[in-house]
Formats: sequence, C-alpha cells, structure tokens
Amino acid sequence: MHNKFRRIALSLWSFNQSFYPMKILVCISNVPDTTSKINFTDGDTQFDKNGVQYVINPNDEFGLTRAMWFKEKQGATVHVVSVGEADAEPTLRKALAIGADEAIRVNAHPSDGFFVARQLAEVVQKGEYSLVIAGRESIDYNGGMVPGMLAHLLGMNFVNTCISLEIDGNNATAEREIDGGKETLSTSLPLVIGGQKGLVEESDLRIPNMRGIMMARKKALHLVEPVEAPQRTQDQKFEKPAPKGAVKLVDANNLDQLIDLLHNEAKVI
Amino acid sequence: MKADLFEAPDYYLLDDLLSEEHKLVRDAARAWVKRDISPIIEEYAQKAEFPTQIIKGLAEIGAFGPYIPEEYGGAGLDQISYGLIMQEIERGDSGVRSTASVQSSLVMYPIFAYGTEEQRQKYLPKLASGEWMGCFGLTEPNHGSNPGGMETKFQDKGDHFLLNGAKLWISNSPFADVAVVWAKNEEGRIHGLIVERGMEGFTTPETHNKWSLRASATGELIFDNVKVPKENLLPGKNGLGAPLGCLDSARYGIAWGAIGAAMDCYDTALRYALEREQFGKPIAGFQLQQKKLAEMITEITKAQLLAFRLGQLKNEGRASTAQISMAKRNNVDMAIKIAREARQMLGGMGITGDYSIMRHMMNLESVITYEGTHDIHLLITGADITGIPAFK
Ligand SMILES: Cc1cc2nc3c(=O)[nH]c(=O)nc-3n(C[C@H](O)[C@H](O)[C@H](O)COP(=O)(O)OP(=O)(O)OC[C@H]3O[C@@H](n4cnc5c(N)ncnc54)[C@H](O)[C@@H]3O)c2cc1C
Repeated sequence: MHNKFRRIALSLWSFNQSFYPMKILVCISNVPDTTSKINFTDGDTQFDKNGVQYVINPNDEFGLTRAMWFKEKQGATVHVVSVGEADAEPTLRKALAIGADEAIRVNAHPSDGFFVARQLAEVVQKGEYSLVIAGRESIDYNGGMVPGMLAHLLGMNFVNTCISLEIDGNNATAEREIDGGKETLSTSLPLVIGGQKGLVEESDLRIPNMRGIMMARKKALHLVEPVEAPQRTQDQKFEKPAPKGAVKLVDANNLDQLIDLLHNEAKVI
Repeated sequence: MKADLFEAPDYYLLDDLLSEEHKLVRDAARAWVKRDISPIIEEYAQKAEFPTQIIKGLAEIGAFGPYIPEEYGGAGLDQISYGLIMQEIERGDSGVRSTASVQSSLVMYPIFAYGTEEQRQKYLPKLASGEWMGCFGLTEPNHGSNPGGMETKFQDKGDHFLLNGAKLWISNSPFADVAVVWAKNEEGRIHGLIVERGMEGFTTPETHNKWSLRASATGELIFDNVKVPKENLLPGKNGLGAPLGCLDSARYGIAWGAIGAAMDCYDTALRYALEREQFGKPIAGFQLQQKKLAEMITEITKAQLLAFRLGQLKNEGRASTAQISMAKRNNVDMAIKIAREARQMLGGMGITGDYSIMRHMMNLESVITYEGTHDIHLLITGADITGIPAFK
C-alpha cells in the first residue's frame, strides 16, 4: 500500500515535471563588439557610442546557448531580459532569432550593478523563473557584481564562474573554475548562475538562421518600466591604458645587455 | 590561409540607414562566412572544386531566394537584405556568391515571376532549401554579349517540346538538378524552359582550367533531342526581355557583392600595411600607401551609397535596367581596381594563397565579364542617356 502510494506520487511528480517545464531567464547585457574603438566624451565621463557595434555579451551568449540546449533536450522555456534603452533591442531580437521564446526589455539606462540587479530581481519574481543564467561579468565595464547581488535579492542559490551545468528535476550539478582547477557542486533550483565559456564551447555558439530570424519577427518583446532603485555608484572618469611603449629588440646572444636593461632601465629585476 | 580577422569598413556610418532586421540578416551572413567559408575557401579554389558541403549553410542563412515569399520557401525579405547577403558572401568568395546569385535571381526568380502556380510549388521550396540546385542557360558558344542571336531552339511535337542546342559558361551546370534554359520556338521567339537532370539527351560537361571563380563549377548544357514536357515552359513572359529581367535581379546582387570583395581587400591591405615595417616604419606611414588606402575607402563608400540607393529604388519597384547597369559596372570596376592595388600593397605576400586578395582579383575578372561585360554596361548607359543604341 505504502509502496503503491509512492509510485503514484512519483509518477505525479514526473508528470508535473513534463507538464511544467523549467522556466529559464537569461540575462543579457548589450555590449560593444570586442573590436570596437573605445573613446570617451564629456570630459571622459561618457562612453562614445558613435560607430560602435553592439553584441550579446559573450559570457551571456554561452549561457543563452546552454539554455537553448535545455529547451531542446529538456523542454525548458527560455526568456531573455536586458536592462537597457531602445538601442538594446537589436541584441534581444538576435537572442530571439537564436531561439529564445520571449524577450523583456526593462526600459532604463543600466546605470550601475545594484540598479540592474534590482530590476532583474523584479523580472525574475514576476516571471517565476527557477533558473536564471547571467554572465560572470559583462565585457564592457567588467563589474561582475550583478549575478551575486541578484541571487541575494532573490534568496536563490548561486554559482559563479560556472563552466558546466546539468539540471535533473530540481537538482543541479555545476562546475566552477577555481584557481588551477575545477570544483564540482551540487545544488538545487531556484538557482542563479554566473556563467562563462565552458557552459558551452565557442564552436557551439549559434548563428541565427533565416528561419530563426523570420520567427523572431513574431515573438514577443515586452517592454517594462523600471522600479525605483537607487544608483549607488557614479562614474567620475574613465581612462584608457597608456599606449604601448616602443619595443627594444635584444639579440639572443646579448644576455648581459638584456639583464642590464631589465635591471637598470625597466627596474623589474 | 590566415585567420579571418575581417572588420567591415563603414566610413559614412551607413549602418544607421539600415533597419534592425537588415543588420541581423547581414551579421548572420557575415558570421557564417567567417565560420564556414573563410577556413576552407582557399583550398577549394586551389583545387578548383565547388565545396558542396556549404549548400545547406547557404540555404540556412537565406542566400537562396531571400526575397521570394514565405509561402514558396523564401524568406520574404526586401531587396536591401538580399544585397547585404550577397555582399557578405562575396566578401568570402565571388564564386560562392555566384552560386547563390544564380540560384536566387536566375533560377528561382524566373520560376516565381514567369512560372505557373504548379511550377512554383514544385520547384521553389526545394530550391530555397538547397535540396535542388539550379543553373541558368543563356550564353552560347557563338552568342555572349548578343544573346538575342541564340541558336538553341525547340519544336512543338504535340505532347512535348523537342529541344536542341548548346549553352556555354554556365555556372552550377555540372551539379545542377534543374536548368532554366532560354531557347527559340519555331517562330524565333525566346521562351524559358525548365530542363531537369536525367532527361534523355541532356548532358552537362564541366569547363576546366579556369583561372577565376575556381571554387564555382562552370560547364556546358548540351541538348540533343531532349523531350521537354509541355508543362515545363515558363508561360508568364517571352522574348529577350524575359531573360533580361532575371539579369536585372542578378546584376543588382552583383553590385552589392562586389562591395564585399572590395571591403575584404581593403581591410586586409590596411591591416597588413599597419603591421608591415620597411625602412624602420609601418608601410602605412608612407604617402604612396596612404593614397592607395584613402582612395580605396573613398571608392568603397561611394559604391555603398550607390548600392543602398539602388536597393531603395528596387524595393519601390522603380529601379531601371540602366540604373542597375550603372551600379554593376561601377562597383565591379571599383572592386577589381582595389583588388589590384591591395595586392601590390602586400608585396610578395599578396601573391600567395595565405591572403584572399589575389583570389578576389582573379575572381573579379569573371564578375566584370559575366552578366553583361564592362563595355556592354557602358553601352546600356550610353543608349539610355542619348536614346541611340550603339551595340550594332
Ligand atoms: C565564370 C563564368 C560564369 C558564367 N556563368 C554564366 C551563366 O551561369 N549563365 C550564362 O548564361 N552565362 C554565363 N557566363 C557567360 C557570360 O555572361 C559571357 O561570357 C558574357 O556575357 C560575355 O560573352 P562572351 O564571353 O561571348 O564575350 P563576347 O560577347 O564575345 O565579348 C568579347 C568582347 O567584346 C566586347 N563586345 C561585345 N560586343 C560589343 C559591342 N557591341 N560593342 C563593344 N564591345 C563589344 C565585350 O565587351 C568583350 O570585351 C559566365 C561566364 C563566366 C566567365
């Protein structure tokens, strides 16, 4: 009797799993292409967007591609979100063309990490997502704060610098990159991931095909207004790294000269 | 072949004129070329072989009939998207772009524009997906610039047509499943017929030893008493205007494609000139090299504007044959000159297959010849502005 009950409960549970597929939210930041020329205006306080091409933040693209795998293999639903102004929409549309089901844009300038995390927390709560995949950091300002803050605001489990993720029911197995090695963790949903390369490899990244682009036309891109949230940091000034100095070539036979230069001129030994 | 580090020049911020979807389509094609064409194309050009494995990818990025409506398997995109796709493919290789142009503008377009509903249903979806490949037979051994003089002919035999003749210089012919063939009926009127591989008396020998478009297959179409079913005639349009209508579409794509080849040559030469040092400084610092680079980017920018405006006119159904001729002629000429100058900027390195420039340069010799030679397009402009055709 007891056994039978457990069997029914189990089958109800798996029924539930297939009936309510995992809802994934992939957080996407809209960043300048890595080949862009970086300049600042307004006394080095504003990034100069002129002529700059924007792309899906690479860490987020690894996450999106992993999310597509969960969609195709485990029937998950994948939504993407970006906190940004209208110029973030092409990036969201690309994510839809790659295969995300719906997109959300929180209509605000992503002024600092806390502000963005607060907006994302609102979206996660409203949408009842059980897995949130963000990137370890975005490659524009490299703050690296959003996923951690987001997990805290939501009270969800958190795995950062994640290089592998498997989900089985409510259980998750994740691998993290640690100095000189890997760490394997088990945890459970609801979960926030700070992802990076390794979640999938570069060769797994997808180029939107024409069918995807056509379908993306008809997919929903929801516009939501931001909630009140303080901006806790203000940019004062940006500085570019000093241009590379001239290179001195030392003949392989002149080791003494090399040591002399390193010692007396570069003062590193 | 060196890693593909291509960065597209956009000196006049023309991206601002493109829609979100144009850029999505273009960037997808660009990424695909980087991933699937650049790493293999040099090898296939060297061994003079068409890389058949790319057909599926070409179909996926929408290179086959992007402006054909969705109900026939196309993508229902506008003409600027079509142009951008051609630009990106030719940035990789003019031969691959030729395959896509022929399939889209010379095979799918006439079936869509002049074909019956049954013909559209039968051929277009399979051509859009790349399951079938097509070719276009207009040029003959004795009639190139003057296709109106063609000798290929068909007779009405009651329940079928009997086709006889030969076509030369036909892109995709060696592997094509279907051929759109232009031939004269008994009254000397030009009609389009769809000929399928496997019809008795129809053969497609390959043309070897090309020094250009080596990664594209070119061949003949030989019709020796081929029985063509009557339902394979394209009924919508006849006379020389029918094939010329297809050429308008293909030439439009070439006007964009040539920009791609030019951008690749310019980008390669610029990068090389900044890295290569002679006499103690980068060669990009010498005035002679700057003159070349400055003229290249000026000409590319002008060509981009020409193509973009032509795209707008084409979207509105207002682009004339003569306007298309001007853009094809100008942009291919611009590209071939840039290829020659860029080749010199790389010195000896420009001679090897490590860099794409010499391949582009050789490819463009075909591009400046086919779809109307450089001379013929000038005569089209001349006839248009004076009202006096000077062809004969
Ligand atoms: C690689 C390749 C692929 C091709 N693919 C196709 C294809 O898929 N389908 C197809 O039908 N054709 C195709 N062609 C054929 C191409 O369109 C012809 O080669 C082109 O139209 C020129 O014809 P022709 O070679 O007979 O040269 P000709 O017409 O003999 O011209 C020779 C020279 O005379 C000049 N000339 C001719 N007439 C005049 C005139 N009235 N006034 C002044 N100068 C003149 C020309 O400009 C040229 O310089 C292809 C050609 C090549 C090289």
